[in-house]
Amino acid sequence: MPTRQDCVRVRRTIITVAAVLVGALLAGCGSSSSKGPVTLNWYVYPEPSGSFAYAASTCSKDSGGKYNIVMNLLSTSSDQQRVSEVRRLAAGDPSIDILAMDVDWTAEYATAKWIRPWPAALAAQVTRGDLPGPVATATWDGKLYAAPLNSNTEILWYRKDLLADIHQPPPTTWNQMIDDAAELAKMGKPHYIEEQGAQYEGLTVWFNSLVDSDGGGILTKSNQIIVGPSTEVAASIMHRLATSPAADPSLNVTEESQSETAFEHGTAAFQINYPFVWAAAHKDTPAIGKEMGYALFPRVNPSIAPKVSIGGYNLGVSAFSKHPQLAFDAVRCMIQPQFQRRDAIKGGLAPVLGNIYSEPAFIKAYPFSALIKAQLENYGLRPQTPVYADVTLAIQLALSPTSSIDPTSVVSTLRHEIKEALSSEALL
Amino acid sequence: MSTGAVAAPDDVARPRRKRLSDRARAERRLAAMLVAPAAIVMIAVTAYPVVETLILSLQRADLRFPSANKFVGLDNYSAVLKAPVWWQDVGHTLIISVIAVSFQFVLGMLLALAMHRTLVARGLLRSIALVPYGIVAVVSAYSWDYAWGLDSGWIPKLLGLKSDPLSHPFGTYTAIIITEIWKNTPFMALLLLAGLALVSDELHEAAKVDGASAWQRFWRITVPLMKPAILVALLFRTLDEVRIFDVIYIFNQGANGTESISMLNYSTLLDRLNLGLGSAVSVLLFVLVAIIAFIFLKGFGAAAAPGGERA
Repeated sequence: MPTRQDCVRVRRTIITVAAVLVGALLAGCGSSSSKGPVTLNWYVYPEPSGSFAYAASTCSKDSGGKYNIVMNLLSTSSDQQRVSEVRRLAAGDPSIDILAMDVDWTAEYATAKWIRPWPAALAAQVTRGDLPGPVATATWDGKLYAAPLNSNTEILWYRKDLLADIHQPPPTTWNQMIDDAAELAKMGKPHYIEEQGAQYEGLTVWFNSLVDSDGGGILTKSNQIIVGPSTEVAASIMHRLATSPAADPSLNVTEESQSETAFEHGTAAFQINYPFVWAAAHKDTPAIGKEMGYALFPRVNPSIAPKVSIGGYNLGVSAFSKHPQLAFDAVRCMIQPQFQRRDAIKGGLAPVLGNIYSEPAFIKAYPFSALIKAQLENYGLRPQTPVYADVTLAIQLALSPTSSIDPTSVVSTLRHEIKEALSSEALL
Repeated sequence: MSTGAVAAPDDVARPRRKRLSDRARAERRLAAMLVAPAAIVMIAVTAYPVVETLILSLQRADLRFPSANKFVGLDNYSAVLKAPVWWQDVGHTLIISVIAVSFQFVLGMLLALAMHRTLVARGLLRSIALVPYGIVAVVSAYSWDYAWGLDSGWIPKLLGLKSDPLSHPFGTYTAIIITEIWKNTPFMALLLLAGLALVSDELHEAAKVDGASAWQRFWRITVPLMKPAILVALLFRTLDEVRIFDVIYIFNQGANGTESISMLNYSTLLDRLNLGLGSAVSVLLFVLVAIIAFIFLKGFGAAAAPGGERA
């Protein structure tokens, strides 16, 4: 039975515990110290080669004690990165200073006023010498909202030995590639075309690249719906591939890494993918790497050069940062040529600076550098709109699975879905 | 220390309540103080979000367009209920729930009977049976995802499949449902096992003397006496399945017509940042869950009540 003393003791204990907890909370809240370099929090994906970490630490050291860049690592999936960033930004979190932004997020972040536009003088400085495609992804409403850091574009990879078997040059059009695959299938040779057919962002990239390569588009700059005959052409190609012998049985669940693995396993003759597959194949399966050829993304219309939807990342400065000037400085430092070169050679990330493409060290690591540069100069963009997340979801829903696309009705379906997406008031 | 100190006086103190009223009051105050932090935390973490969700569901609230926020009445609800995708997703969810829970029930019952009758190593067997349920949901979903994959998995190899099971609707549904069954049958079995403990052996002995077969004894004695436990087990599992998310999310994010209501809710709230529309979906999901619980309690509850009293 508790005595009065017991009760008093209990009460005292409770009060002590509460005091300790409150004290801990207060200490946690007011942690920013007044001395030493300012901490700049960089929200960024985990770049595996350590190139970003190197840039961050080098720039921190070179700042002369002005700032110290701390990396906050996000998921490897770009969808997850966005979710992590936007929920903090929407809450006005002041602990983010610099954001690594996928090229599709610029319009959304800018419209919601989550990032700062770059002052005109600085904007001209950070984009000097950049290829036009990456700069276009970082621009919204005539203003630069982020500094291009790296870029990316898919090209065609093929097996030289298999094409020699059917006495064909590398295909230059989608239809020719599908025909080649069918011929290889007839001979009982590996013949799959590895594309990204899973219901995710890669499907939008595929579709948008085909639409742009036919001279069409999905949205105008002012976000009016285009979705014309080219969308039907694009959807027909996707459907043709999905229902032909060229289709990997796993097409509906294939993302970039599955394409890469399938190609390395030797079941595929062709692959549409980013340059990371080159180094990976040479390292994982040298026998396949030795037979690996590369060519421009195949044409949709034989008379129009392909326009591939470019990827990559830009660096933005959060509107809620307490140290925007230092953040701008830090970004300017981290996008310098020496870091881009290192990112490219160690990390397989295509630089945005045009000059790097003609440097011997780069060409040695990237024998196909001229193709990448050509595709970044004659580039395609995914729709630039504040509701990009909705638009890409609508596209994916309308086109997945690719084997069930009905080319006759797909245009009206897409028009309807994208209209709903733009309103941002309907369920998708 | 508090458990012993607070619980003990109850039985002793009651007959001498008057003399100890001072102490009783002090104890009650102490009890209130001890409970208060938990109660406050509960209100903060459950009541507040629930109310906030209700309020948001009546607004146009898109995080990307904060300046366009306004009260829109029931517009979000009508947008959801008019969208074909909502009804499709309700359909997908119900298909998965009904099939998965049916299998879980039958297998869970068999497992429970086996565990109940085991004579040796009972504790060990129960622990082993619970392993799938103990695995973190996302981890088990990933391991099944690999198991089903054409390149990585043992299932397509075992069955000699030529195409990836997760690349078409039938295969995807099968994979999701089997994963759910594997994961949750132990939980079902455990709840049913608790029900089996209610059935006294004497009744079985008496029925056996009267010449009842094992089948008859199961249906006439075991099941009726277990009804409260069966109700709880089915209700818990059904409500859980209706909110299915993790397996579908990991497998293919709702491709091939397997998007569940929770997936839709997630994409509306977290990808599209549309808090108004997403909150309306949340509320409607809650209403659906409430309806299912109501049907269970009305349909099953009446039948189960006598059993419950006897127990």
